[in-house]
Amino acid sequence: MLTFIARRLLMLPLVLIGVTLLIFALLQLLSPYSRLAMYVNDPNQLKQGKEELDEMVEALGLNDPVWVQYGRWLNEVIHGDLGWSESGRQPVLSAITQRIPGTLELALYAVVPVIFGGIWLGKLTAVHQNKPLDHVGRVVAIVGWSFPTFVFGLLALFIFYGILGWFPPGRLSIAATRIVHSDAFTSYTGLHTIDAVFNGNWIVFSDAFRHLIMPVCSLAILSWALIMRVMRSGMLEAMRQDYVTTARAKGLAEKVVINKHARRNALLPVATIAGTMFAGLMGGVVITETVFNRPGLGRFAANAATQLDLPSILGFALLNGIIFVLVNLGVDVLYALFDPRVRLE
Amino acid sequence: MWILKKLFTRPLSIAGFILLFCFIVIAVIAPWIAPPEFPHQPYRIPRDGYWAEPKPPSAEHLLGTAEGQYDIFYGVVWGTRTAFRVGLIVTLSGCLIGMIVGSVAAYYGGLVDEILMRIVDIFYTLPYLVAAMVLAVVLGRSLQSSMIALVCFTWMGYARVIRSEILRIREIDYTHAARALGAGNIRILVRHIIPNALYPVFVMVSMNIGSMVIAVSTLSFLGLGAQLGYADWGQMISLARNWMLGSAGDAAAYWFTVVCPGVPIVLFVLAWNLVGDALRDVLDPRMRGSR
Repeated sequence: MLTFIARRLLMLPLVLIGVTLLIFALLQLLSPYSRLAMYVNDPNQLKQGKEELDEMVEALGLNDPVWVQYGRWLNEVIHGDLGWSESGRQPVLSAITQRIPGTLELALYAVVPVIFGGIWLGKLTAVHQNKPLDHVGRVVAIVGWSFPTFVFGLLALFIFYGILGWFPPGRLSIAATRIVHSDAFTSYTGLHTIDAVFNGNWIVFSDAFRHLIMPVCSLAILSWALIMRVMRSGMLEAMRQDYVTTARAKGLAEKVVINKHARRNALLPVATIAGTMFAGLMGGVVITETVFNRPGLGRFAANAATQLDLPSILGFALLNGIIFVLVNLGVDVLYALFDPRVRLE
Repeated sequence: MWILKKLFTRPLSIAGFILLFCFIVIAVIAPWIAPPEFPHQPYRIPRDGYWAEPKPPSAEHLLGTAEGQYDIFYGVVWGTRTAFRVGLIVTLSGCLIGMIVGSVAAYYGGLVDEILMRIVDIFYTLPYLVAAMVLAVVLGRSLQSSMIALVCFTWMGYARVIRSEILRIREIDYTHAARALGAGNIRILVRHIIPNALYPVFVMVSMNIGSMVIAVSTLSFLGLGAQLGYADWGQMISLARNWMLGSAGDAAAYWFTVVCPGVPIVLFVLAWNLVGDALRDVLDPRMRGSR
């Protein structure tokens, strides 16, 4: 098991270098002048005349051979220098780190219903295959899978805020924001609901939670439908295996057969799509935060993209790549835990 | 024949085909039900003035007008053509690239296979929507550039599937049997490997057309796809964003701005997903006995 994890960890730098190569290749589609913004940390430097800009291009070596530029760029990235974010009016790295908690909070709450709800419903519909429950589940999953996040989000905003006034957009109401920024409230994690629990402040907690419900729903719906479908087919596959028949023949209760023998094996294909699910979530965060006006990484990226702010959007892409690689590493380890065959390979 | 018979006996797949058929009809008869105001630019939505506030449905504008007085009915009708064009072009180009890469990797094996598959892995590290956002910034704002961006970051799935299918089928007993009977390489490839490897690709294509339409309309919604006034559903929904909370005293005043372009997107994607789902059940041999 340990050698397996060690081998995976050794692969990690190689994949990360691949990610930076890909992003750097995208960057090369632009002219040296457009790339200049990646290297400066002060916006005034960009507002000079053509000759000064030429000098800067020369000084930064943006006309050098590609591999030289790549090495230099990689060096800066490793040292955390991602350039100046025009749309965020601060260096890209601090713009990103500042916005992580807001997005993390949203993603964490969304993952819970997706994984547990999806797995549970998938199991349930598989056990009731071709019965009414299965048909209803199938229809709901296909409709959910067909709902673009932005349409769902706008409709939710329209109904639950516009008409009913229950769940407002944003991250906190003005009153709660005041409490959060007051001296009496200590910020431990930046995740408002968790900070509120630590501070024992129920006003902030309920307020933050109320703002989370609709974004979490619209973020979760797509991945939830996906997990449910995969879990259902994995479960059906597992129920047909000989070991399930054996377990039944031994006289085990149906509940034990389903939960102990079939479900564990059906979880394997679910683990494999965790990467796909993550991609869906990151795309979803961009849209959800834009629709619900939540300050976070997603809205930062959307703003950066519409304002053609390349350093910011590349920083966001790099972060995505790194998280994706780490998520997949976690999935591989989980996979080895679930399935002894993988460990022995 | 049994494939068609099975496809048309399940209520959900029939619903999918009917929906799809309706969209095809709308796309074909678009010039008659919504005659373009500018015959050379049929995708430009005609506008009735420049007033910002959307107007509710009336005899003149069947589904009302969006922000900036763009006619919603016209946009929805011509948006059907955009959706078909975008979905088919993006998915089929991605599929073609993926199939070439996947079969080259499977055919040559060894180092070529290793290199190509690592490239696939690297492309996978960026979620396609995020990657498409980056490329759309680099290539500039237009429908074409968002389509190119999506093709660049969606071919990998097909490459992986076609490669593993070819590798799998090459080792299956019926391929060996055919070889033992004296069949040549070409015959085995054409008669046994390709037809069996294509089934999962068909299913993927039909399921992905819906996702690609969602992805392109999402880019348009974010302001990175079609230009303002272009007949594209996502772009029309982005016009509804500022009007979601209604006017004073009537919270639901502008419902039509999001519902009218929103319903066709959901139904269009639903239609492809239903068809894809039905195809999977019918084409996947492992599923045949179970129903």
